[in-house]
Amino acid sequence: MMRQRDEHPDGVHLPLDPLPGHSSRGRLERILRRSEFAVTAELNPPDSADPEDVYDRARVFDGWVDGINAVDASGANCHMSSVGICALLTRMGYAPIMQIACRDKNRIAIQGDVLGAAAMGVANILCLTGDGVQAGDQPGAKPVFDLDSMSLLETIRVMRDNGKFLSGRKLTTPPSVFLGAAINPFAPPYDFRPHRLAKKIAAGAQFVQSQYCFDVPMFRTYMERVRDLGLTDKCYILCGVGPLASAKTARWIRSNVPGIHIPDAVIKRLEGAADQKKEGKQLCIDIINEVKEIPGVSGIHVMAYRQEEYVAEIVHESGVLKGRRPWQREARADDQMVADRLEHILHQGESEQPVQMVEKAAQ
Amino acid sequence: MTRQGLSPSSIHTARKMSDPQPISTTAAGSSDAPQILPPASSGGMTQATVVRKTAPKSDYKPSDVSPQRRVQRSYTVRLWSVRHSRLLEWFYGRFADAFLMLHPLWKGLGYERVEAPVKFVEKRVKGFMFDCRMCGQCILSSTGMSCPMNCPKQLRNGPCGGVRANGNCEVEPDMPCVWVKAWEGSRNMVHGDAILNVQKPVDQSLRETSAWLRVTAQSAAAREAAVQSEAKP
Repeated sequence: MMRQRDEHPDGVHLPLDPLPGHSSRGRLERILRRSEFAVTAELNPPDSADPEDVYDRARVFDGWVDGINAVDASGANCHMSSVGICALLTRMGYAPIMQIACRDKNRIAIQGDVLGAAAMGVANILCLTGDGVQAGDQPGAKPVFDLDSMSLLETIRVMRDNGKFLSGRKLTTPPSVFLGAAINPFAPPYDFRPHRLAKKIAAGAQFVQSQYCFDVPMFRTYMERVRDLGLTDKCYILCGVGPLASAKTARWIRSNVPGIHIPDAVIKRLEGAADQKKEGKQLCIDIINEVKEIPGVSGIHVMAYRQEEYVAEIVHESGVLKGRRPWQREARADDQMVADRLEHILHQGESEQPVQMVEKAAQ
Repeated sequence: MTRQGLSPSSIHTARKMSDPQPISTTAAGSSDAPQILPPASSGGMTQATVVRKTAPKSDYKPSDVSPQRRVQRSYTVRLWSVRHSRLLEWFYGRFADAFLMLHPLWKGLGYERVEAPVKFVEKRVKGFMFDCRMCGQCILSSTGMSCPMNCPKQLRNGPCGGVRANGNCEVEPDMPCVWVKAWEGSRNMVHGDAILNVQKPVDQSLRETSAWLRVTAQSAAAREAAVQSEAKP
């Protein structure tokens, strides 16, 4: 097997040492900082308590993405929690990007989750405000919104860089995480959007993932303004893309999902095609090929909701990886400890009775 | 995403396309659409009217605004304040100075004793002008005189990604986005670029307290500290 760049010198199974100037041990940060084109994808969270569902859904991304977004009840619909998904994914060595939405948790819960996530080996956290509860399946829920995406970024940045909770209490080991945020260049007030990105960067964002991009000229204008503000040097911008299943879906999304802007030309193109699903995929690839040439775009974020099996094809056919094969497995710091303990439990534990353990401890 | 103002056919599409409805755990079984909606065409009403009348009930309503008040509410005064943000900025500057000048009076009477009457006035005045929610830490001057606490997500750092193409709120489709207005208002103001500062999270323990008095007390304390540090060397 070919030796890869991000590998511990003493063996693949060992966790990476943090590079100087990096905030996490993750490979996503390494790839972005090396100016390689990054690819991330979104895992459709299961409505089940079966870990196999998560592993199955992650498997389709094997070797095609640098990070998997674990969404936090996106659209305010109830699913398996992002913390739970991350626990499963890190256990299998995937590199998740844990999303935190401010809709469901207050600052006490969020800071606790950040510590827990970092301890599990989550290297990337994406800070979101979250959709309103009215958008989801349980509109009767109480919207929390204790923090907003900006103050959430700042809270985690302070935890990481200053080793302190929001209250000022000290942490013994700060969470080493690469901080992300979301941007939507396609919603008003358009003039404010680049400044809002500047604010997010000031608050702590190191990478951003954009909302679905279907209007490339609009995105190009946004990127121009972002470059003028000098923001592309301070932050990695991943453009959000995704295949549309049909013209009908596109029209439904346009009128029902706020914040997603789909121009008429896109719908016309889908309508005109014989195989709309295939055309939707081709459209996605065409958009990727256009946005990857825009200066300042460091990667793509593929959101193929319920079409996850197409992610590999889309990434392959757009050729954005340029032959690079992203890592499938990332070793964690406590991997060896867990393995030893498991070994102990599986092989030696059966013969040990509590009485014997007490005797052993007494010696 | 909202169900308000949708035709029945698109609601059915929405059901079909969104995630499957959760399985009910109650003995009565799952409550499906027929149970919620009265039978079609009863009393000369079309199915569309029935759906339209029923749908808004499932919409999110801000916790401290009753449905009645929401129906009556118009955003005229709030929008006037944003349009005249420059005037209000100037006025607020003078007003803060006047309040600071009265600092000896507040101190003489005791800040905690004047809290209740001042809060009473502040709540009504700002409630009328800005639909103030009495968060107790007013940042109107940094938000173009558009109160960010009127945002259903109470964002204090700018608009979310859900703003509709017409500039209205994703949660309350009839309300102009508080932050679209804030950006417009800030562009008229002399110190409008304060909107670019990152704001701290709301301190919930300051709710329902007077921001005017707190700001006055703080700037009086800062002034005294400055005087003292000048006197020392």
